[in-house]
Amino acid sequence: MSNPVIEIQSLSKKYKDADFFSVNALSLVVNKGEIFGLLGPNGAGKTTLISMLCGLIKPTSGSFTIEGHTYKDDSYAIKKTIGVVPQEYALYPTLTARENLTYFGSMYGLKGSNLKQKINDSLEYLGLIKFADKRIETFSGGMKRRINLIAGLLHEPSVLFLDEPTVGVDVHSKNVIIEYLKQVNARGTTIIYTSHHLAEAQDLCSHIAIIDSGMILIQGTPDEIITVTDGAQNLEDVFLSLTGKELRDV
Amino acid sequence: MYKLLMSVNKEILLLRRDLGGLIILFIMPLVLVITITLIQDSTFKTATETKIPILLVDNDKGEISNTVLKNLGESGSFSVVTKLEGKLLDEAVAKEKVFDGKYQMAIIIPAELSKGLKAKVDGNVNSILEGFGATDNTAAKTPITEKVTPKEVRLYFDPASQSAFKNAVKSTIDKMISQIETKSIYDAFKAQMGEESTAAFNQENYISFKEIVPMFENKAMVPNSTQHNVPAWTLFAMFFIVVPLSINIVKEKNQGTQVRLRTNPVSYLTVIAGKTVTYLIICMLQFFLMVAVGVYLFPHIGLPPLGLNGTFFLMSVVALFSGFAAVGFGILLGTFAKTQEQAAPFGSTSVVILAAMGGVWVPVFAMPKIMQYIAKASPMNWGLDAFYDVLLRNNTLAGILPQLASLFLFFVAMVVISILYDEKKRAV
Repeated sequence: MSNPVIEIQSLSKKYKDADFFSVNALSLVVNKGEIFGLLGPNGAGKTTLISMLCGLIKPTSGSFTIEGHTYKDDSYAIKKTIGVVPQEYALYPTLTARENLTYFGSMYGLKGSNLKQKINDSLEYLGLIKFADKRIETFSGGMKRRINLIAGLLHEPSVLFLDEPTVGVDVHSKNVIIEYLKQVNARGTTIIYTSHHLAEAQDLCSHIAIIDSGMILIQGTPDEIITVTDGAQNLEDVFLSLTGKELRDV
Repeated sequence: MYKLLMSVNKEILLLRRDLGGLIILFIMPLVLVITITLIQDSTFKTATETKIPILLVDNDKGEISNTVLKNLGESGSFSVVTKLEGKLLDEAVAKEKVFDGKYQMAIIIPAELSKGLKAKVDGNVNSILEGFGATDNTAAKTPITEKVTPKEVRLYFDPASQSAFKNAVKSTIDKMISQIETKSIYDAFKAQMGEESTAAFNQENYISFKEIVPMFENKAMVPNSTQHNVPAWTLFAMFFIVVPLSINIVKEKNQGTQVRLRTNPVSYLTVIAGKTVTYLIICMLQFFLMVAVGVYLFPHIGLPPLGLNGTFFLMSVVALFSGFAAVGFGILLGTFAKTQEQAAPFGSTSVVILAAMGGVWVPVFAMPKIMQYIAKASPMNWGLDAFYDVLLRNNTLAGILPQLASLFLFFVAMVVISILYDEKKRAV
């Protein structure tokens, strides 16, 4: 039985002075426990959609709810519910990993031994405990990605937004991140995820929507959308079939 | 409250890791206040203690030139040079040396100045006494046989000399010549009327000046360069936190940490409050440090000490409210700026402009009328006025409430504009 966590109705976003809608009358439902992949070429509207859902920018029209709340009615409730892992590292380079995580954890009201324990457990799991007291500016890209991920998950959100969480990391870091996300999802966190790595998305996601020009082209489970697309063997075939082979430089 | 405390803790950690920022915040203001006070104090001493060498060409070789030479020498302000390389100076050499910038000024006393002045004064005195029929026939009369041509004492100044210096020197020489003329008139009367008749002539000044200054515990509060400079440059330094604060905000935008914070259950107001509290602490530390330097270090480096005269608490209140205004301006600048390249130069330049407008360098009363009105719009002017009210004018808390209110309202206005602008940006 479906249990909607996110319900989006005719959501649109047109930036000031833009000639087109980045997100165009998009409707979508994400159910509890899903790992929902938002896939699309550059400029398709993935980051704009995530930014609206995270409350970073305001929609031009349409509406959405997260666990029944809207930003207008109760933005505090939504912000306590969600976790966000942005595409950029979003960490203070001159602070240590532990200092960054302590600060961001405290913004969710976490404190004391509870916060310390969560930080240590997460760092341990992601292989960073021995770097806990090193400054972020000394970390590699993969290490920063893992700290970025922990910062969005310390408060155990029921909905997690991930914008390209594995971009620019090596295979080892990527595998650790993917395994960690699967574990987080198994504990009940719904994940909304954007990526350009189609094989990764096929492996990780329970549901997928391919979007282009701000609209959903297809959605379903990976198997469903591969099956309904003529001649498609995998997600990449579906993607190219729906979005074409033209370069998308934005 | 917990989130606010953690925000303050984070800001302090960020500052501690930024050595360059700490130098700007603490070392530079100290260097600034010590340097400026030393310079201004020596400028003040120039008029009273330090001797400026000046050239004097004596074509008169009479009573006046002797008096000028003697008075200038005794004034304590000048050392008179009449010979260079063993040769007596002439006007051409003196002019060349001054216009080349080797000397600040030259005084050229014309030939027969003493003789001419004596002739003119004697003639005038004679005419007056003859009019009263009181000419002393026993005294030697000076025959008035020729019309006395007016003489001019010529002054050459180094073109780089500041007008304040020129005016001070001209005023000193003018006063000296007036005194010589007056003395000559008295002497002429004495000569005409005889010693007995003029014994009662009292040549001492009848009118004198006395400066009345505010008192504290029966002691006069005499202002000195430290009393002016420490508050002024403390204020300047406090406003310089605009630079690191605005860069801090711009960095948060560019690093993406601001994006994360906006998705956290913490209000933007709490984030701003964290920065406000931290930078207010910095402002107060700057203030205490500057006061400590004024009170304890200045006497050891030959500067007058900062006399607080029981004003420390009120001075701290003024510093706190000035800090609010500085932080507000920094938040506004950081919110509007997109890059550090925008924030840093604009921040430092605008602080210099606000300082100039506010009377940190040139007193507001000395500014053109239009600038005096503009000065009233500078928060640094409100702060400086409040500092002077407390430290030099012996004012009370009630007396400085208008300035404190203006400084706090400025902070509130800056923060409100920042929040509104931020909201508008998010609605793009």
